[in-house]
Amino acid sequence: MRLDFTVNGRPRQADDVWEGESLLYVLRERLGLPGSKNACEQGECGSCTVRLDGVPVCSCLVAAGQAEGREVVTVEGLAHYAGQRSGGTGARGTSPDEAVGGAAEGAGPQAGEGTGPAPVQQAFIDAGAVQCGFCTPGLLIAADALLELNPDPTDADIREALSGNLCRCTGYEKIMDAVRLAAARRSEGV
Amino acid sequence: MDFLRPASWEEALAAKAEHPTAVPIAGGTDVMVEINFDRRRPEYLMDLNRVADLYDWEVGEESVRLGASVPYSRIMEHLRAELPGLALASHTVASPQIRNRGGVGGNLGTASPAGDAHPALLAAGAEVEAESVRGARRIPIDDFYTGVKRNALAPDELIRAVHIKKADGPQQYSKVGTRNAMVIAVCAFGLALHPGTRTVRTGIGSAAPTPVRARTAEEFLRAALDEGGFWDNGKIIPPSVARRFADLCAAACNPIDDVRGTADYRRHAVGVMARRTLAWTWESYRGPGRVTEGAA
Amino acid sequence: MRPSEPSAASGQGGAPLGVPTKITQGSGTRGGIGESTLRPDGILKVTGEFAYSSDLWHEDMLWGQILRSPVAHAEIVSIDTGEALAVPGVYAVMTYDDLPADVKHYGLEIQDTPVLAHGRVRHHGEPVAIVAADHPETARRAAAKIEVAYRELPVVTDEASALAPDAVLVHEDRTDHHSHHVPHPNIVHRQPIVRGDVAGARRRADVIVEGEYTFGMQDQAFLGPESGLAVPEEDGGVHLYIATQWLHSDLRQIAPVLGLPEDKVRMTLAGVGGAFGGREDLSMQIHACLLALRTGRPVKIVYNRFESFFGHVHRHPAKLRYEHGATRDGRLTHVKCRIVLDGGAYASASPAVVGNASSLGIGPYVVDDVDIEAVALYTNNPPCGAMRGFGAVQACFAYEAQMDKLAKELGLDPVEFRQLNAMEQGTVMPTGQRVDSPAPVAELLRRVKAMPMPPERQWESSEGADVRQLPGGLSNTTHGEGVVRGVGYAVGIKNVGFSEGFDDYSTARVRMEVAGGEPVVTVHTAMAEVGQGGVTVHAQIARTELGVTRVTIHPADTRVGSAGSTSASRQTYVTGGAVRHACALVREKVLELGRRRFGSYHPAWATAELLLEGGKVVTDDGEALADLVDVLGDEAVEAEEEWRHRPTEPFDPRTGQGDGHVQYSFAAHRAVVEVDTELGLVKVVELACAQDVGKALNPLSVVGQIQGGTAQGLGMAVMEEILVDPRTAKVRNPSFTDYLIPTILDTPTIPVDVLELADGHAPYGLRGVGEAPTLSSTPAVLAAIRDATGLELNRTPVRPEHLTGTA
Repeated sequence: MRLDFTVNGRPRQADDVWEGESLLYVLRERLGLPGSKNACEQGECGSCTVRLDGVPVCSCLVAAGQAEGREVVTVEGLAHYAGQRSGGTGARGTSPDEAVGGAAEGAGPQAGEGTGPAPVQQAFIDAGAVQCGFCTPGLLIAADALLELNPDPTDADIREALSGNLCRCTGYEKIMDAVRLAAARRSEGV
Repeated sequence: MDFLRPASWEEALAAKAEHPTAVPIAGGTDVMVEINFDRRRPEYLMDLNRVADLYDWEVGEESVRLGASVPYSRIMEHLRAELPGLALASHTVASPQIRNRGGVGGNLGTASPAGDAHPALLAAGAEVEAESVRGARRIPIDDFYTGVKRNALAPDELIRAVHIKKADGPQQYSKVGTRNAMVIAVCAFGLALHPGTRTVRTGIGSAAPTPVRARTAEEFLRAALDEGGFWDNGKIIPPSVARRFADLCAAACNPIDDVRGTADYRRHAVGVMARRTLAWTWESYRGPGRVTEGAA
Repeated sequence: MRPSEPSAASGQGGAPLGVPTKITQGSGTRGGIGESTLRPDGILKVTGEFAYSSDLWHEDMLWGQILRSPVAHAEIVSIDTGEALAVPGVYAVMTYDDLPADVKHYGLEIQDTPVLAHGRVRHHGEPVAIVAADHPETARRAAAKIEVAYRELPVVTDEASALAPDAVLVHEDRTDHHSHHVPHPNIVHRQPIVRGDVAGARRRADVIVEGEYTFGMQDQAFLGPESGLAVPEEDGGVHLYIATQWLHSDLRQIAPVLGLPEDKVRMTLAGVGGAFGGREDLSMQIHACLLALRTGRPVKIVYNRFESFFGHVHRHPAKLRYEHGATRDGRLTHVKCRIVLDGGAYASASPAVVGNASSLGIGPYVVDDVDIEAVALYTNNPPCGAMRGFGAVQACFAYEAQMDKLAKELGLDPVEFRQLNAMEQGTVMPTGQRVDSPAPVAELLRRVKAMPMPPERQWESSEGADVRQLPGGLSNTTHGEGVVRGVGYAVGIKNVGFSEGFDDYSTARVRMEVAGGEPVVTVHTAMAEVGQGGVTVHAQIARTELGVTRVTIHPADTRVGSAGSTSASRQTYVTGGAVRHACALVREKVLELGRRRFGSYHPAWATAELLLEGGKVVTDDGEALADLVDVLGDEAVEAEEEWRHRPTEPFDPRTGQGDGHVQYSFAAHRAVVEVDTELGLVKVVELACAQDVGKALNPLSVVGQIQGGTAQGLGMAVMEEILVDPRTAKVRNPSFTDYLIPTILDTPTIPVDVLELADGHAPYGLRGVGEAPTLSSTPAVLAAIRDATGLELNRTPVRPEHLTGTA
């Protein structure tokens, strides 16, 4: 079947999609957006988390056909998404590439095209919250969604919000640090 | 595999009538796991995401009509006052991402004994609104679960909504899992006090082939509360009564040993949860400020 | 983009997102050792651009699928692939009979693992056939159409069934080098360690405690599934892009099975989504290459989570029997122990696991009289091999339980009792090896005990109990009822690097040249970056040694010599040592160049000790002699060297004596738990750790390693276990639904106290970090649960059943 939907702000189309494919598979294998990860494909790890019409969901459990006509934001588009939310095309300005519509049609990851990383992405780097990094994309989507709703979360709030995202490397301490850091920077207007 | 995309409820019913083997998919949290792991290859997948009214709810005089696809996260957010037991149960469902997608219709359709919503629905009292091109009917929740992962739906029927009695008293929900989040129930327990009728209702999950009520325990407690005038005097329930209630709840289980837990543990845990949830609900019924000693 | 170069992007002419991705550390920061330099791959990882092995894509790519055995032990009567081959979109179906070379087995040490089953399957999930097709679903449907007739055989599942007089031999006609000394063919390897006079010491003991312990089967549960892409090359060879822990070890095992010389099998490290030992053994490597060579098309294989549980080895489950003796004043007299590890159907790392379990079997304590025996069995259970801390982890769980038991028996404080018997520099190990670098066991215990305790009842708030901070968490099982706090301690010892005489070396190639008007260093090794941060640290070493800010880490591949395995806590030590050594050679060459060009301008060129700092050649009192840019001109200076740590020697097969290990590492934990004693649910409130790291090359990464290892130990204590049916040897919970690893709500704060006592034998004095925290975390949590409940608890993980008498 054919699938038309919006990914990271741009209309995308996929053809010959098998009806049993997940949104995750279409993103990774048909649209060149492998940032959303395939760690468990059973909704038990959160590494495939994307925003579907704004709502964080496990893309492995969304049938591809269910995404028809909807808007998806993946980690590749997180910087842009966060930039728009904060009222511009990204706190760090617009690149020439972006001004002319980004990379070539059908291009791969649209990440950070010209924009710097989103604040939560930068905080993950700075806090040492990334080791192997396989859980990172899903965690970033979940953490960004948390901070959007709750700019000043308690530790228990952070743990609850991220309880659907498994990490095997860090023991989560640096992830806690990263989310606290992102929240603190936001409140200080950094 | 064909992918059906009904745009309305009527279209969905027509499609289900034409293809009774079609597997409805809404949140996808059960169906997609089975497809991803090659356990199921339905002839037709029927996407219900486009049927908008499945995502609506109405709060009526007596009950809440909850659309089958209303996500658990919305139940937690918007229906805590009307459906406290179900809201608590919703909070225990899997992860935030899953709670954003999954709804009660999926739990009912799959009818797994481990579905988190079932004990809360049993305790509150509910009816499943099922419909086919032949017409609509309401199936009392007590008659809905017919076997392991089997329910009372006819092959051409779809779940449209669940009518759940609005809470007329305190409700609680507890679930045991071997992890502090994102865990399938080893067993679960729901309890609702119904001061209006001076009854209590229970629901037990994952401790029998289907979700069940502990009817003997309910009847025992109803009688004990009546006899002691507890509904009126608001006294602390004696430990002996709480213990007996817990034992009867445990006795209502018919569990198995599996990878998630032993039958013995399930019975034991249901008893503990029954005693604790009774203490919490009764405490709440009595109102703030009263002492709780002896209740737990 | 060359056609043979894969890309992470896909779809209609996707932009190249190359694997490998070159990593360049930007200029501006000094970024040498001792600083918490940020990961060079961090930005790629947070933007989703980092290309993991499962992200690869190639024009005309096919998908590989493996058909696995549904039973644990059976004779294969027949295989019919006809129907599968007839499925449209299928390009190849291969079985054992299609293997191209004489070599049809592989293995880390013992080549006992069939590439595809031959006449017999020995464990549930063993690969039987492989398929290549144009879509994963086509490949799955075709695999399902392969008809395999099995005749089931009795299963060997434990020591009793393995060693019974009529036991089925898991491997007949063994010829491996351990087969000569093992007492039974179903024992992979046996290592006794005997020292002193246990019988005599036993008579001196005032108190003797015995215990039998069970350690469950843990899974590495790395998040990035086994995956890779094999691309056939014009010369008849193949290029494999792969997530592994050791490229050259893979290569050594892959090439013979393909019937290719090693130089026709090119390997490049793709992004690795965690490893923890689970990628030491081959998984889909050979299968992907076979299919690529057979079809002439690139072949990608990605396991799903279900398959991943069958696709890699697990941590050995173990039965451990211990006897400890002590005098009334708290001195250990002797230890006797027997450790039986279940190696499963194939040897994998079992011999090394036995070596560790035995040689580290009594823990970091001074005991002169010991009698230790460790064995690994061949059974029809899932194969077990490397996982973080192997061998030492299982032993630590048992000996630390024994230490608590003894302390209790003696009426001593468990920490003081440990400190009284703690080993130190100079202590002689049961193997006879004298510990010749700091061993601050008592100090680590002191430090971890001195950390402030977490406040009581943190779950209480003005609005009632916060269930998120209570046992059961979001499941709302308690509002404080039944909750009891407990505190427990443990300490462990782990060897660093490969032991027992293994030639454990790493190779590094370092190049310095001028680019863009500044000196740039490129470090090229075959080290597998699996998340641990080797790329960060190697760049730091180059900056420190060569005084250059811009350091590029070249993608890891087999165009440079072996860097050894990313395991055994060894990469910072050994490959770091190699990088440092290669840097020193580059420095000498640069100085030589400088002397030639500028020596006549300043006498210091000839007389002073010269360093490279801040892009300049400087004297040891800080005078700048020349810019590196000028010294180098348009010349590039390069050096490639192998570097080895001190040699070790094998353990004597009868007495276990020998200087078998190169370095030891130590960590201690204090666990604070709250147990719902009625429901048997556990909330770990805090898990504090003190560890000696010799020298923290990157303090942020060091703490990250310690916290990560600690959390894996927590999982082993309270939830993680692969359950194998003892009647059928089949895995019962191969999914993330039923194999649970800790979530962020299960993992507490993990305060870390890092001690830096230099090991004079190691580069910069450093001590391997990665594994030690995984050892003591589990027994500390168990001790805390015992403290809360008063129960004996002789197995891990602890399940609610064990705490409620309902097992």
